[in-house]
Amino acid sequence: MPWVDACAVDDVDEEDVVRWDHGERTYAIYRSLNNEFYCTDGLCTHEQVHLSGGLVMDYEIECPKHNGLFDYRSGKALRAPVCEDLRTYETKVENGRVMVLV
Amino acid sequence: MSKSTAPIGSELAVRDYSLTGDSTRQAIENGLSAAEWYHSEVPRKKLKSLMKRRDAPAIRDTVIWIALHFVFAAGGLYFWGSWLCVPFWFAYGVVYGSACDSRWHECGHGTAFRTRWMNDVVYHIASFQIMRNPVNWRWSHARHHTDTLIVGRDPEIAWMHPISLVLKALAFVGIVETWTSLKVLMRNAMGNLSQEERDYIPESQWPKAVFWAWVHIAVYAAVLVVSLVLFVSGAGWKSLIPILLIGGPRVYGCWHFVMTGLLQHGGLAENVLDHRLNSRTLYMNPISRWIYWNMNYHIEHHMFPMVPYYALPELHELIKDDLPPPNTSIWDGYKEMMGSVMKQRVDPNHAMRKTLPRTARPYLEHLHRAVPERNTGLEISDRGGT
Ligand code: FES
Repeated sequence: MPWVDACAVDDVDEEDVVRWDHGERTYAIYRSLNNEFYCTDGLCTHEQVHLSGGLVMDYEIECPKHNGLFDYRSGKALRAPVCEDLRTYETKVENGRVMVLV
Repeated sequence: MSKSTAPIGSELAVRDYSLTGDSTRQAIENGLSAAEWYHSEVPRKKLKSLMKRRDAPAIRDTVIWIALHFVFAAGGLYFWGSWLCVPFWFAYGVVYGSACDSRWHECGHGTAFRTRWMNDVVYHIASFQIMRNPVNWRWSHARHHTDTLIVGRDPEIAWMHPISLVLKALAFVGIVETWTSLKVLMRNAMGNLSQEERDYIPESQWPKAVFWAWVHIAVYAAVLVVSLVLFVSGAGWKSLIPILLIGGPRVYGCWHFVMTGLLQHGGLAENVLDHRLNSRTLYMNPISRWIYWNMNYHIEHHMFPMVPYYALPELHELIKDDLPPPNTSIWDGYKEMMGSVMKQRVDPNHAMRKTLPRTARPYLEHLHRAVPERNTGLEISDRGGT
Protein backbone atom coordinates (compact mmCIF):
# COMPACT_ATOMS: atom_id res chain seq x y z
CA MET A 1 0.00 0.00 0.00
CA PRO A 2 1.64 3.24 -1.08
CA TRP A 3 1.53 6.69 0.51
CA VAL A 4 -0.26 8.98 -1.90
CA ASP A 5 -0.08 12.76 -2.03
CA ALA A 6 -3.73 13.82 -1.52
CA CYS A 7 -3.77 17.60 -1.12
CA ALA A 8 -2.06 20.60 0.39
CA VAL A 9 -2.50 21.24 4.07
CA ASP A 10 -4.15 24.56 3.26
CA ASP A 11 -6.72 22.94 1.01
CA VAL A 12 -8.63 21.91 4.13
CA ASP A 13 -9.91 24.53 6.53
CA GLU A 14 -9.68 23.97 10.25
CA GLU A 15 -12.53 21.77 11.50
CA ASP A 16 -13.58 20.95 7.97
CA VAL A 17 -13.55 18.23 5.35
CA VAL A 18 -12.76 17.97 1.63
CA ARG A 19 -13.35 15.35 -0.99
CA TRP A 20 -10.42 13.50 -2.50
CA ASP A 21 -10.76 11.10 -5.44
CA HIS A 22 -8.05 8.59 -6.16
CA GLY A 23 -8.19 5.69 -8.57
CA GLU A 24 -11.64 4.17 -8.49
CA ARG A 25 -12.40 5.38 -5.00
CA THR A 26 -13.49 8.54 -3.28
CA TYR A 27 -12.32 9.66 0.17
CA ALA A 28 -12.93 12.39 2.72
CA ILE A 29 -9.98 14.21 4.29
CA TYR A 30 -10.56 15.97 7.61
CA ARG A 31 -8.64 18.62 9.47
CA SER A 32 -9.37 18.87 13.18
CA LEU A 33 -9.30 22.00 15.30
CA ASN A 34 -5.87 20.83 16.51
CA ASN A 35 -4.56 20.68 12.94
CA GLU A 36 -4.50 16.90 12.76
CA PHE A 37 -5.45 15.23 9.48
CA TYR A 38 -7.59 12.13 9.06
CA CYS A 39 -8.95 10.23 6.10
CA THR A 40 -12.01 7.98 5.71
CA ASP A 41 -13.98 6.53 2.85
CA GLY A 42 -15.86 9.36 1.16
CA LEU A 43 -19.33 7.84 1.04
CA CYS A 44 -21.62 7.47 4.01
CA THR A 45 -22.34 3.86 4.98
CA HIS A 46 -26.09 4.52 5.05
CA GLU A 47 -26.62 5.70 1.48
CA GLN A 48 -24.34 6.80 -1.31
CA VAL A 49 -23.88 10.36 -0.06
CA HIS A 50 -20.50 12.08 0.06
CA LEU A 51 -19.42 13.16 3.51
CA SER A 52 -17.48 16.15 2.17
CA GLY A 53 -20.78 18.08 2.20
CA GLY A 54 -21.17 17.32 5.90
CA LEU A 55 -20.42 19.17 9.11
CA VAL A 56 -17.26 18.59 11.14
CA MET A 57 -17.70 19.11 14.87
CA ASP A 58 -14.78 18.26 17.12
CA TYR A 59 -13.82 14.75 16.00
CA GLU A 60 -17.17 13.95 14.45
CA ILE A 61 -18.53 14.22 10.93
CA GLU A 62 -22.27 14.58 10.38
CA CYS A 63 -23.59 13.27 7.09
CA PRO A 64 -25.42 15.93 5.06
CA LYS A 65 -28.32 13.68 4.08
CA HIS A 66 -29.81 12.25 7.28
CA ASN A 67 -27.45 13.62 9.91
CA GLY A 68 -25.85 10.25 10.67
CA LEU A 69 -22.73 10.75 12.78
CA PHE A 70 -19.27 9.17 12.66
CA ASP A 71 -16.07 9.60 14.66
CA TYR A 72 -13.71 10.29 11.78
CA ARG A 73 -10.65 9.13 13.74
CA SER A 74 -11.92 5.58 14.20
CA GLY A 75 -14.71 5.57 11.61
CA LYS A 76 -17.13 4.49 14.34
CA ALA A 77 -20.84 5.03 13.59
CA LEU A 78 -22.28 7.11 16.42
CA ARG A 79 -25.87 7.96 15.54
CA ALA A 80 -28.64 6.42 13.43
CA PRO A 81 -29.36 6.13 10.61
CA VAL A 82 -25.76 5.03 10.28
CA CYS A 83 -25.05 1.64 11.82
CA GLU A 84 -22.01 0.54 9.88
CA ASP A 85 -18.55 2.01 10.63
CA LEU A 86 -16.52 3.91 8.04
CA ARG A 87 -13.19 2.66 6.78
CA THR A 88 -10.30 4.87 7.84
CA TYR A 89 -6.84 5.41 6.31
CA GLU A 90 -3.58 6.49 7.86
CA THR A 91 -2.35 9.98 7.08
CA LYS A 92 0.85 12.00 7.56
CA VAL A 93 1.90 15.52 6.68
CA GLU A 94 5.11 16.05 4.69
CA ASN A 95 6.33 19.40 3.36
CA GLY A 96 2.92 20.96 3.63
CA ARG A 97 1.20 18.07 1.84
CA VAL A 98 -1.28 15.57 3.28
CA MET A 99 -0.28 12.00 2.44
CA VAL A 100 -2.70 9.10 2.71
CA LEU A 101 -1.84 5.42 2.95
CA VAL A 102 -4.23 3.72 0.51
CA MET B 1 -47.72 30.62 -17.50
CA SER B 2 -48.60 26.99 -17.79
CA LYS B 3 -46.38 24.22 -18.83
CA SER B 4 -46.94 20.51 -19.38
CA THR B 5 -44.34 18.86 -17.29
CA ALA B 6 -45.35 15.61 -15.74
CA PRO B 7 -43.63 13.99 -12.82
CA ILE B 8 -42.37 10.53 -13.51
CA GLY B 9 -44.88 7.81 -12.93
CA SER B 10 -47.81 10.22 -13.14
CA GLU B 11 -49.56 7.77 -15.44
CA LEU B 12 -50.64 5.89 -12.35
CA ALA B 13 -54.20 7.07 -11.74
CA VAL B 14 -54.57 4.78 -8.74
CA ARG B 15 -51.53 5.09 -6.56
CA ASP B 16 -49.99 2.22 -4.70
CA TYR B 17 -48.41 3.85 -1.66
CA SER B 18 -47.19 0.63 -0.11
CA LEU B 19 -43.42 0.34 0.18
CA THR B 20 -43.21 -3.10 -1.29
CA GLY B 21 -45.54 -2.95 -4.30
CA ASP B 22 -45.53 -1.98 -7.97
CA SER B 23 -44.88 1.72 -7.32
CA THR B 24 -41.79 0.81 -5.34
CA ARG B 25 -40.44 -1.27 -8.21
CA GLN B 26 -41.29 1.45 -10.68
CA ALA B 27 -39.69 4.21 -8.59
CA ILE B 28 -36.48 2.23 -8.32
CA GLU B 29 -36.44 1.36 -12.02
CA ASN B 30 -37.07 5.00 -12.94
CA GLY B 31 -34.15 6.21 -10.88
CA LEU B 32 -36.41 8.10 -8.50
CA SER B 33 -35.16 6.36 -5.40
CA ALA B 34 -32.07 7.73 -3.66
CA ALA B 35 -31.76 10.15 -6.57
CA GLU B 36 -29.81 13.34 -6.95
CA TRP B 37 -31.94 16.32 -5.86
CA TYR B 38 -31.78 19.97 -6.74
CA HIS B 39 -30.41 22.37 -4.16
CA SER B 40 -29.78 26.10 -4.24
CA GLU B 41 -26.21 27.32 -4.21
CA VAL B 42 -24.86 28.36 -0.82
CA PRO B 43 -21.12 29.02 -0.45
CA ARG B 44 -19.50 26.35 1.72
CA LYS B 45 -18.25 28.84 4.31
CA LYS B 46 -21.70 30.35 4.72
CA LEU B 47 -23.33 26.94 4.89
CA LYS B 48 -20.87 25.90 7.57
CA SER B 49 -21.79 28.88 9.68
CA LEU B 50 -25.50 28.16 9.19
CA MET B 51 -25.06 24.51 10.14
CA LYS B 52 -23.14 25.36 13.29
CA ARG B 53 -24.75 23.81 16.35
CA ARG B 54 -25.44 25.61 19.58
CA ASP B 55 -27.15 24.40 22.74
CA ALA B 56 -28.47 27.77 23.90
CA PRO B 57 -31.51 28.32 21.61
CA ALA B 58 -32.92 24.84 22.14
CA ILE B 59 -32.21 24.88 25.90
CA ARG B 60 -34.09 28.18 26.14
CA ASP B 61 -37.01 26.83 24.11
CA THR B 62 -37.08 23.54 25.99
CA VAL B 63 -37.11 25.24 29.40
CA ILE B 64 -40.02 27.40 28.22
CA TRP B 65 -41.74 24.37 26.72
CA ILE B 66 -41.49 22.33 29.94
CA ALA B 67 -42.47 25.31 32.09
CA LEU B 68 -45.58 25.85 29.95
CA HIS B 69 -46.63 22.24 30.57
CA PHE B 70 -46.56 22.90 34.32
CA VAL B 71 -48.19 26.32 34.18
CA PHE B 72 -51.08 25.26 31.95
CA ALA B 73 -51.63 21.96 33.78
CA ALA B 74 -51.63 23.82 37.12
CA GLY B 75 -54.23 26.26 35.73
CA GLY B 76 -56.33 23.39 34.40
CA LEU B 77 -56.29 21.67 37.78
CA TYR B 78 -56.80 24.82 39.82
CA PHE B 79 -59.88 25.85 37.87
CA TRP B 80 -61.21 22.29 37.57
CA GLY B 81 -64.97 22.29 37.78
CA SER B 82 -65.36 25.74 36.25
CA TRP B 83 -65.31 26.79 32.61
CA LEU B 84 -62.15 28.73 33.37
CA CYS B 85 -60.18 25.51 33.20
CA VAL B 86 -60.97 25.06 29.50
CA PRO B 87 -58.44 27.57 28.05
CA PHE B 88 -55.75 26.08 30.27
CA TRP B 89 -56.41 22.55 29.04
CA PHE B 90 -56.62 23.88 25.50
CA ALA B 91 -53.18 25.47 25.84
CA TYR B 92 -51.77 22.44 27.64
CA GLY B 93 -53.02 20.27 24.80
CA VAL B 94 -51.13 22.33 22.24
CA VAL B 95 -47.78 22.45 24.07
CA TYR B 96 -48.02 18.72 24.69
CA GLY B 97 -49.86 17.38 21.64
CA SER B 98 -48.57 19.76 18.93
CA ALA B 99 -45.22 21.21 19.99
CA CYS B 100 -44.02 17.62 20.49
CA ASP B 101 -44.13 17.02 16.74
CA SER B 102 -41.53 19.66 15.90
CA ARG B 103 -39.35 18.63 18.88
CA TRP B 104 -39.55 15.01 17.78
CA HIS B 105 -38.59 16.08 14.28
CA GLU B 106 -35.70 18.43 15.03
CA CYS B 107 -34.16 16.22 17.71
CA GLY B 108 -34.52 13.22 15.40
CA HIS B 109 -32.34 15.08 12.95
CA GLY B 110 -29.94 15.78 15.80
CA THR B 111 -29.91 19.47 14.95
CA ALA B 112 -31.73 21.06 17.89
CA PHE B 113 -28.88 20.84 20.41
CA ARG B 114 -25.16 20.60 19.95
CA THR B 115 -24.97 18.09 22.82
CA ARG B 116 -26.03 14.68 21.62
CA TRP B 117 -27.68 13.38 24.81
CA MET B 118 -29.92 16.45 24.95
CA ASN B 119 -31.21 15.69 21.45
CA ASP B 120 -31.80 12.10 22.49
CA VAL B 121 -33.68 12.92 25.71
CA VAL B 122 -36.03 15.42 24.06
CA TYR B 123 -36.46 13.06 21.10
CA HIS B 124 -37.69 10.29 23.39
CA ILE B 125 -40.01 12.54 25.39
CA ALA B 126 -41.51 14.01 22.21
CA SER B 127 -41.82 10.57 20.55
CA PHE B 128 -43.76 9.40 23.57
CA GLN B 129 -46.04 12.43 23.52
CA ILE B 130 -46.85 12.01 19.84
CA MET B 131 -47.17 8.22 20.23
CA ARG B 132 -44.54 7.35 17.68
CA ASN B 133 -42.19 4.46 18.12
CA PRO B 134 -38.90 6.38 18.35
CA VAL B 135 -37.01 3.73 16.40
CA ASN B 136 -39.48 3.18 13.57
CA TRP B 137 -40.00 6.87 12.97
CA ARG B 138 -36.31 7.71 12.92
CA TRP B 139 -35.98 5.38 9.96
CA SER B 140 -39.18 6.35 8.23
CA HIS B 141 -38.14 9.98 8.41
CA ALA B 142 -34.74 9.21 6.92
CA ARG B 143 -36.58 7.61 4.02
CA HIS B 144 -38.85 10.66 3.75
CA HIS B 145 -35.73 12.75 3.22
CA THR B 146 -34.15 10.39 0.71
CA ASP B 147 -37.30 9.95 -1.34
CA THR B 148 -39.56 12.88 -0.52
CA LEU B 149 -43.04 12.24 -1.96
CA ILE B 150 -41.79 9.45 -4.19
CA VAL B 151 -44.75 7.08 -4.39
CA GLY B 152 -43.83 3.60 -3.19
CA ARG B 153 -40.78 4.86 -1.28
CA ASP B 154 -41.80 7.66 1.08
CA PRO B 155 -43.60 6.26 4.16
CA GLU B 156 -44.65 9.74 5.33
CA ILE B 157 -46.88 11.01 2.53
CA ALA B 158 -49.72 12.85 4.28
CA TRP B 159 -51.99 13.38 1.27
CA MET B 160 -52.46 9.99 -0.35
CA HIS B 161 -54.75 9.69 -3.37
CA PRO B 162 -57.65 9.20 -3.38
CA ILE B 163 -57.88 11.94 -0.77
CA SER B 164 -60.56 11.57 1.90
CA LEU B 165 -61.47 15.00 3.22
CA VAL B 166 -63.43 13.44 6.07
CA LEU B 167 -60.36 11.60 7.33
CA LYS B 168 -58.25 14.73 6.91
CA ALA B 169 -60.78 16.74 8.94
CA LEU B 170 -60.84 14.02 11.62
CA ALA B 171 -57.05 14.23 11.88
CA PHE B 172 -57.47 17.60 13.59
CA VAL B 173 -58.99 15.80 16.55
CA GLY B 174 -56.53 12.94 16.37
CA ILE B 175 -58.90 10.13 17.33
CA VAL B 176 -58.20 7.90 14.35
CA GLU B 177 -54.43 8.55 14.42
CA THR B 178 -54.20 7.96 18.16
CA TRP B 179 -56.01 4.67 17.87
CA THR B 180 -53.80 3.68 14.90
CA SER B 181 -50.63 4.69 16.76
CA LEU B 182 -51.60 2.74 19.85
CA LYS B 183 -52.32 -0.32 17.73
CA VAL B 184 -48.88 -0.04 16.10
CA LEU B 185 -47.20 0.36 19.49
CA MET B 186 -49.11 -2.68 20.80
CA ARG B 187 -48.15 -4.70 17.77
CA ASN B 188 -44.50 -3.68 18.06
CA ALA B 189 -44.51 -4.38 21.79
CA MET B 190 -45.60 -7.93 21.00
CA GLY B 191 -42.52 -8.25 18.83
CA ASN B 192 -44.36 -7.89 15.56
CA LEU B 193 -43.02 -5.55 12.86
CA SER B 194 -44.98 -5.10 9.65
CA GLN B 195 -43.50 -5.93 6.28
CA GLU B 196 -43.08 -2.19 5.60
CA GLU B 197 -41.36 -1.56 8.92
CA ARG B 198 -39.02 -4.42 8.13
CA ASP B 199 -38.34 -2.73 4.80
CA TYR B 200 -37.15 0.60 6.15
CA ILE B 201 -35.77 -0.39 9.57
CA PRO B 202 -32.48 -2.32 9.53
CA GLU B 203 -32.72 -5.68 11.25
CA SER B 204 -30.19 -4.71 13.91
CA GLN B 205 -32.66 -2.07 15.16
CA TRP B 206 -35.73 -4.31 15.47
CA PRO B 207 -35.13 -5.27 19.14
CA LYS B 208 -34.87 -1.57 20.02
CA ALA B 209 -38.17 -0.89 18.27
CA VAL B 210 -39.82 -3.60 20.38
CA PHE B 211 -38.23 -2.31 23.59
CA TRP B 212 -39.42 1.29 23.14
CA ALA B 213 -42.90 0.15 22.17
CA TRP B 214 -42.98 -1.70 25.48
CA VAL B 215 -41.94 1.39 27.40
CA HIS B 216 -44.65 3.52 25.77
CA ILE B 217 -47.38 0.93 26.29
CA ALA B 218 -46.35 0.39 29.91
CA VAL B 219 -46.69 4.11 30.70
CA TYR B 220 -50.09 4.34 28.99
CA ALA B 221 -51.27 1.25 30.84
CA ALA B 222 -50.18 2.81 34.14
CA VAL B 223 -52.10 6.02 33.32
CA LEU B 224 -55.18 3.99 32.53
CA VAL B 225 -54.92 2.06 35.78
CA VAL B 226 -54.60 5.27 37.84
CA SER B 227 -57.61 6.69 36.04
CA LEU B 228 -59.67 3.55 36.71
CA VAL B 229 -58.65 3.47 40.36
CA LEU B 230 -59.76 7.10 40.71
CA PHE B 231 -63.03 6.26 39.02
CA VAL B 232 -63.89 3.29 41.21
CA SER B 233 -62.95 5.27 44.28
CA GLY B 234 -65.63 7.79 43.36
CA ALA B 235 -63.55 10.62 41.88
CA GLY B 236 -66.11 11.08 39.09
CA TRP B 237 -64.98 13.36 36.28
CA LYS B 238 -61.70 13.92 38.08
CA SER B 239 -60.73 10.40 37.14
CA LEU B 240 -60.16 11.77 33.64
CA ILE B 241 -57.33 14.01 34.81
CA PRO B 242 -54.51 11.47 34.36
CA ILE B 243 -55.63 10.95 30.74
CA LEU B 244 -55.98 14.67 30.13
CA LEU B 245 -52.40 15.04 31.36
CA ILE B 246 -50.80 12.06 29.62
CA GLY B 247 -51.90 10.64 26.29
CA GLY B 248 -55.11 12.66 25.92
CA PRO B 249 -53.39 15.74 24.42
CA ARG B 250 -52.47 13.59 21.40
CA VAL B 251 -56.21 13.78 20.67
CA TYR B 252 -57.38 17.16 21.89
CA GLY B 253 -54.14 19.12 21.34
CA CYS B 254 -52.85 17.84 18.04
CA TRP B 255 -54.74 20.27 15.81
CA HIS B 256 -51.89 22.74 15.48
CA PHE B 257 -49.34 20.21 14.30
CA VAL B 258 -51.86 18.72 11.89
CA MET B 259 -52.68 22.19 10.57
CA THR B 260 -49.03 23.06 9.92
CA GLY B 261 -47.99 19.56 8.88
CA LEU B 262 -50.56 19.25 6.11
CA LEU B 263 -49.14 22.38 4.51
CA GLN B 264 -45.66 20.89 4.10
CA HIS B 265 -46.37 19.05 0.87
CA GLY B 266 -50.16 19.30 0.32
CA GLY B 267 -51.36 19.91 -3.24
CA LEU B 268 -47.83 19.70 -4.60
CA ALA B 269 -46.18 17.23 -6.96
CA GLU B 270 -45.32 13.60 -6.29
CA ASN B 271 -42.41 11.87 -8.00
CA VAL B 272 -40.24 14.91 -8.70
CA LEU B 273 -36.63 15.56 -7.71
CA ASP B 274 -36.78 19.23 -6.84
CA HIS B 275 -38.04 20.19 -3.38
CA ARG B 276 -39.26 23.49 -4.79
CA LEU B 277 -41.93 21.44 -6.60
CA ASN B 278 -43.03 19.24 -3.71
CA SER B 279 -42.57 21.32 -0.56
CA ARG B 280 -44.05 24.57 0.67
CA THR B 281 -42.39 27.48 2.42
CA LEU B 282 -44.70 29.98 4.03
CA TYR B 283 -44.64 32.79 6.54
CA MET B 284 -46.63 32.43 9.73
CA ASN B 285 -47.26 34.17 13.04
CA PRO B 286 -44.50 33.96 15.69
CA ILE B 287 -46.49 31.76 18.09
CA SER B 288 -47.09 29.12 15.43
CA ARG B 289 -43.46 29.37 14.38
CA TRP B 290 -42.36 28.73 17.94
CA ILE B 291 -44.67 25.73 18.29
CA TYR B 292 -43.54 24.48 14.87
CA TRP B 293 -39.85 25.32 15.37
CA ASN B 294 -39.59 27.16 12.04
CA MET B 295 -40.56 24.18 9.88
CA ASN B 296 -42.59 26.64 7.83
CA TYR B 297 -39.30 27.05 5.96
CA HIS B 298 -39.89 23.61 4.60
CA ILE B 299 -38.16 23.80 1.23
CA GLU B 300 -35.06 25.10 2.99
CA HIS B 301 -35.24 22.27 5.53
CA HIS B 302 -35.45 19.61 2.85
CA MET B 303 -32.64 21.10 0.78
CA PHE B 304 -30.35 21.52 3.80
CA PRO B 305 -31.48 19.20 6.61
CA MET B 306 -28.32 19.96 8.59
CA VAL B 307 -29.29 23.55 9.22
CA PRO B 308 -30.86 23.83 12.71
CA TYR B 309 -34.32 25.30 13.12
CA TYR B 310 -33.00 28.55 14.58
CA ALA B 311 -30.87 29.23 11.48
CA LEU B 312 -33.64 28.57 8.94
CA PRO B 313 -34.86 32.19 8.74
CA GLU B 314 -31.33 33.26 7.80
CA LEU B 315 -31.03 30.46 5.25
CA HIS B 316 -34.38 31.54 3.82
CA GLU B 317 -33.15 35.12 3.34
CA LEU B 318 -30.09 33.77 1.59
CA ILE B 319 -31.80 31.54 -0.97
CA LYS B 320 -35.31 32.95 -1.29
CA ASP B 321 -34.55 34.39 -4.74
CA ASP B 322 -34.07 30.83 -5.93
CA LEU B 323 -37.37 29.60 -4.45
CA PRO B 324 -41.02 30.00 -5.38
CA PRO B 325 -42.63 32.92 -3.55
CA PRO B 326 -43.69 31.85 -0.04
CA ASN B 327 -47.32 31.96 1.03
CA THR B 328 -47.95 34.95 3.20
CA SER B 329 -49.84 33.21 6.03
CA ILE B 330 -51.32 29.89 7.14
CA TRP B 331 -54.63 31.04 5.65
CA ASP B 332 -52.97 31.91 2.34
CA GLY B 333 -51.25 28.52 2.35
CA TYR B 334 -54.54 26.71 2.95
CA LYS B 335 -56.29 28.62 0.18
CA GLU B 336 -53.58 27.60 -2.26
CA MET B 337 -53.30 24.03 -1.02
CA MET B 338 -57.02 23.29 -0.87
CA GLY B 339 -57.51 24.69 -4.38
CA SER B 340 -55.00 22.18 -5.65
CA VAL B 341 -56.22 19.34 -3.42
CA MET B 342 -59.78 19.74 -4.73
CA LYS B 343 -58.43 19.34 -8.27
CA GLN B 344 -56.37 16.34 -7.21
CA ARG B 345 -59.50 14.65 -5.90
CA VAL B 346 -60.75 14.59 -9.48
CA ASP B 347 -57.38 14.15 -11.15
CA PRO B 348 -54.62 12.68 -8.97
CA ASN B 349 -52.09 13.73 -11.61
CA HIS B 350 -52.76 17.37 -10.97
CA ALA B 351 -49.97 19.20 -9.14
CA MET B 352 -49.36 22.80 -8.18
CA ARG B 353 -46.43 24.45 -9.78
CA LYS B 354 -45.54 27.96 -8.68
CA THR B 355 -43.83 30.37 -11.01
CA LEU B 356 -40.26 30.93 -9.94
CA PRO B 357 -38.83 34.42 -9.64
CA ARG B 358 -36.64 35.52 -12.55
CA THR B 359 -33.58 35.22 -10.30
CA ALA B 360 -34.15 31.50 -9.73
CA ARG B 361 -32.62 28.62 -11.60
CA PRO B 362 -35.26 26.66 -13.49
CA TYR B 363 -36.93 23.66 -11.95
CA LEU B 364 -34.79 20.58 -12.21
CA GLU B 365 -36.38 18.91 -15.21
CA HIS B 366 -33.43 17.24 -16.88
CA LEU B 367 -33.36 14.38 -14.40
CA HIS B 368 -37.00 13.70 -15.11
CA ARG B 369 -36.49 13.83 -18.84
CA ALA B 370 -33.84 11.14 -18.52
CA VAL B 371 -36.54 8.72 -17.52
CA PRO B 372 -37.96 6.97 -20.58
CA GLU B 373 -41.35 6.02 -19.13
CA ARG B 374 -42.26 9.56 -18.30
CA ASN B 375 -45.64 10.61 -19.46
CA THR B 376 -46.72 14.15 -20.25
CA GLY B 377 -50.43 14.11 -19.52
CA LEU B 378 -50.24 16.18 -16.38
CA GLU B 379 -52.29 19.24 -15.79
CA ILE B 380 -50.17 21.92 -14.23
CA SER B 381 -51.52 24.95 -12.44
CA ASP B 382 -49.44 28.03 -11.94
CA ARG B 383 -49.52 30.46 -9.11
CA GLY B 384 -48.45 33.94 -9.92
CA GLY B 385 -45.00 34.86 -8.75
CA THR B 386 -42.72 37.76 -9.40
S1 FES C 1 -26.75 8.96 3.80
FE1 FES C 1 -25.55 9.43 5.49
S2 FES C 1 -26.92 9.31 7.13
FE2 FES C 1 -28.09 8.73 5.44
